[in-house]
Amino acid sequence: MALDAHPKPRLKAFVQSDLFYSFRTSYVTVAATLVALFIIAAAFLAPWIAPHNPFDVSTLSLWDSELPPAWAEDGDPRFLLGTDNQGRDVLSAILYGSRISLAVGFVSVALAMAIGIVVGLISGYFGGAIDAFFMRIADVMLSFPTILVALLVSGIVRGILPREMHDNAALVVLVFAITITTWVQYARTVRSSTMVERSREYVYAAQLVGRRPFAILFSHILPNVMGPVLVIATINLAMAILIEATLSFLGVGMPPTNPSLGTLIRVGNEYLFSGIWWVVIFPSLTLVTLVLAVNLLGDWLRDALNPKLR
Amino acid sequence: MTDNATAPLLSLRDLTKTFDLSPPLLNRVIERKGKQYLRAVDGLDFDIPRGQTFSLVGESGCGKSTVAKLVVGLHKATSGEIRFDGTDLTARAAAERGDFRKRIQMIFQDPYASLNPRWRVRDIIAEPLRSFGITSSKDEERAEVGRLLEMVGLSARDGEKFPHEFSGGQRQRISIARAISSKPEFLVCDEPTSALDVSVQSQVLNLMRDLQDELGLTYLFISHDLAVVDFMSNYVGVMYLGRLVEAGPVKQIFTAPEHPYTRLLMDTVPDINMGRREQPLAVGEVPNPINPPSGCAFHPRCPLANETCRQLSPELVARGAGKMVACHAAPEDGSQARAPATPTGQQGLGEGAV
Amino acid sequence: MTSPTEPVLSVRDLSIVFDTRHGPLRAVDGITFDLAKGEILGMVGESGAGKSLTGTAITGLLERPGRIDRGEIHFEGQRIDTLSAEEMRRLRGRKIGAIFQDPLTSLNPLMTVGQQLIQTIRTHLRLSPSAARRRAIEFLAEVGIPAPDTRVDQYPHEFSGGMRQRVVIALALCAEPSLVIADEPTTALDVSIQAQILDLLKKICREHGAAVILVTHDMGVIAETADRVAVMYAGNVVEIGPVAKVVGDPHHPYAQGLMQSIPRVGSEVRRLTQIEGAMPRLTDMPGGCAFHPRCPRATAECRATRPVTLPVEGGEVACHLYQGEPA
Repeated sequence: MALDAHPKPRLKAFVQSDLFYSFRTSYVTVAATLVALFIIAAAFLAPWIAPHNPFDVSTLSLWDSELPPAWAEDGDPRFLLGTDNQGRDVLSAILYGSRISLAVGFVSVALAMAIGIVVGLISGYFGGAIDAFFMRIADVMLSFPTILVALLVSGIVRGILPREMHDNAALVVLVFAITITTWVQYARTVRSSTMVERSREYVYAAQLVGRRPFAILFSHILPNVMGPVLVIATINLAMAILIEATLSFLGVGMPPTNPSLGTLIRVGNEYLFSGIWWVVIFPSLTLVTLVLAVNLLGDWLRDALNPKLR
Repeated sequence: MTDNATAPLLSLRDLTKTFDLSPPLLNRVIERKGKQYLRAVDGLDFDIPRGQTFSLVGESGCGKSTVAKLVVGLHKATSGEIRFDGTDLTARAAAERGDFRKRIQMIFQDPYASLNPRWRVRDIIAEPLRSFGITSSKDEERAEVGRLLEMVGLSARDGEKFPHEFSGGQRQRISIARAISSKPEFLVCDEPTSALDVSVQSQVLNLMRDLQDELGLTYLFISHDLAVVDFMSNYVGVMYLGRLVEAGPVKQIFTAPEHPYTRLLMDTVPDINMGRREQPLAVGEVPNPINPPSGCAFHPRCPLANETCRQLSPELVARGAGKMVACHAAPEDGSQARAPATPTGQQGLGEGAV
Repeated sequence: MTSPTEPVLSVRDLSIVFDTRHGPLRAVDGITFDLAKGEILGMVGESGAGKSLTGTAITGLLERPGRIDRGEIHFEGQRIDTLSAEEMRRLRGRKIGAIFQDPLTSLNPLMTVGQQLIQTIRTHLRLSPSAARRRAIEFLAEVGIPAPDTRVDQYPHEFSGGMRQRVVIALALCAEPSLVIADEPTTALDVSIQAQILDLLKKICREHGAAVILVTHDMGVIAETADRVAVMYAGNVVEIGPVAKVVGDPHHPYAQGLMQSIPRVGSEVRRLTQIEGAMPRLTDMPGGCAFHPRCPRATAECRATRPVTLPVEGGEVACHLYQGEPA
């Protein structure tokens, strides 16, 4: 009976694990993860690495407007990807815009996950009337499309708040709309996993030593239901970014004074037919690449965590 | 209550548990179905003396696992009485039992589901220590966990590992270590070796016997394996569809079984001794417990069944040599007063002759 | 192994490995045995010993990452481990039947019992639908299903566990196979029904002349049902011989420890004999004899070299202790 004489430290155990092996042998996944991390890092560091600040009006000059990318003729090496009609550097705008898009994405996923997990755990563990109550709310939430909710909330907020505050409220409205329509997915999957784990004997053992229900939920059951949650979170991140882009494109998202990638695409779209292609193409490419990378990562995660495929 | 120098540690009187399996109200109205009840445990009566092992044997659906859960408080009894060391615990579910939780613990059947796969072994064993406040410092806790691991035949270093690094038999040892960490007097063991291979089973059973001697434990041992029951127990009760059909000292029951179901079990269990069996004494299968047969639940399969058997459910009756049998048709001898199965064969507060 | 008639199944040096990223792991390590016509051979061992895997390999259902690494399987004189998937499929069901542990999943819940029987019968025998139906009803009666002409049109969920297993037995035998592989056929059933099912299996296999490989971890089942038994440990057959001999007076120390550690009703022991330790994992196989770390009689040779299978009275044993013994 040759058990390890000394149990491995956590990091070493992870590096040698089957999960990490399946990760590093999948070139697509590794590439996707690197790309996603690169974009995220660049976006995070935008204030420091962006060559210009596109939103500081004092630095803009109309003489620099509508310049093509640096490698084209008439291009200016100061503005690598060209400028828009106000003289704003496209590259810097993309960096700041990604920042907003990712912020909305991460925050709404985190909030939705938190709400969904708590509701799912409680619903699955206690069952009965509590479960019925939460699930009916969930059913109602599911019947609202995110875009519609965002439009609705946005309209209400604009009606209530004075004009100056509209732009600042945009971020909150977006996060709220996405969170409130996506928490249900987490709740459902956590609920069904909880119902399975609830009747396992280690839960009985914990009850027999007097652990309270909430202690059992968070210390025993939660670690065992996180797997599917992570998969959903990854895929939802991509979706949240896209929804934000869509809403901004429709005009109910981030304003041009503090644009996300979607806003940039909207603004750039108006110039497409006058030949100024770089203002819309580069933000679009960034958006597509980011979403694709996150989706690929989510795909790998789902297969890797599926016990049946192991 | 038996007025005895050595009063029983656990005492069950007329213990009953009924589950409501009715379909939801809407379904019942639409499909015109009635309510459906499952009498998992039906009027159970027995005592377990301190330091001894009482086994419950039976097949699937007989209710023995439900009895285990009732005794530890994971289910609440529908009626009847559970007395532990003189105190009535019937109304108290596990969460309400206060100090008694330390004194009654449980070992489960499935070695894979009874340990949280995300927790380290040392945390699994330390959970009762922390929850009951038995140790007061991290060092004390670590020392105690190490001591418990060694007591069950593992090493103190095994505390750093996760359950999946252990085999089934080792996991059961970890389960046992957890169960005895609060220094209980009484352990309910729900088929602890049924999921283990035979050569590992003997290790775990030996360990359980050793611990019983060392720590003075009392066991309620649930099993379907008669040979294991014979090895582990002093007393045995045979259950069928929620009722106790025969009970008493294990030697007496297994050498001279009186109830036809007990005889069926003993005759049909595939036996390594290859005793040339006569034809099985009964046919058919265990009926659905939701719709049990009328009268004696065993009568459709019983070769001795008569008209009384079809009408009337038999009561447990003392039959000499400490045995209690619930049967109309098995040949009788001795008194008929209704009494719980105590080892001394003493009559309790009987309710008169059947 | 001198038998007057040719054995129905002949396994020679069968070895099965699993391809993992740590390299190939050997789960079955060169086992050899014969199965005579109409014989019931028990394969007994603990979980992970390789007995189920052997049965799976014989029926050709071994899936990646497992594969047959070396050895040969001959069935009715023909080599079958090298057949294509299609040829193997035709062989299964017609000549080789299978009974698995869980009657719930062995039967298709969406088809009636009769439809499944008829489908198997017509796939392998040339019978008209009405003749096949009559045969199906006959089989149901033979396995002890009451009122077979009505029950033939019922769905699996309308049968109880024991009844379902009887149907599975009928399904395995309805195409008149010469070999049946039964993998833990009674483990999921209640104890009082196990005896009925085993009796049925014995009777029906004798009557239809089918040989049986009965895979189980339950020695009692083997003792009551099998003619010969092969004891497996860590992918090896450590002992094979007539059931009475292997159970009553085994040669191999593992078999001895196993038989002694089984509790028996009526024995008044204070402690059960136990074999220390546990069966090694595939990744931690010891060198030499796989059992040596747990063997009370291990010698230096046991630690160094793998024992060869040697004949002993009526059977064979793979143990260094018996070298030099007369057959």
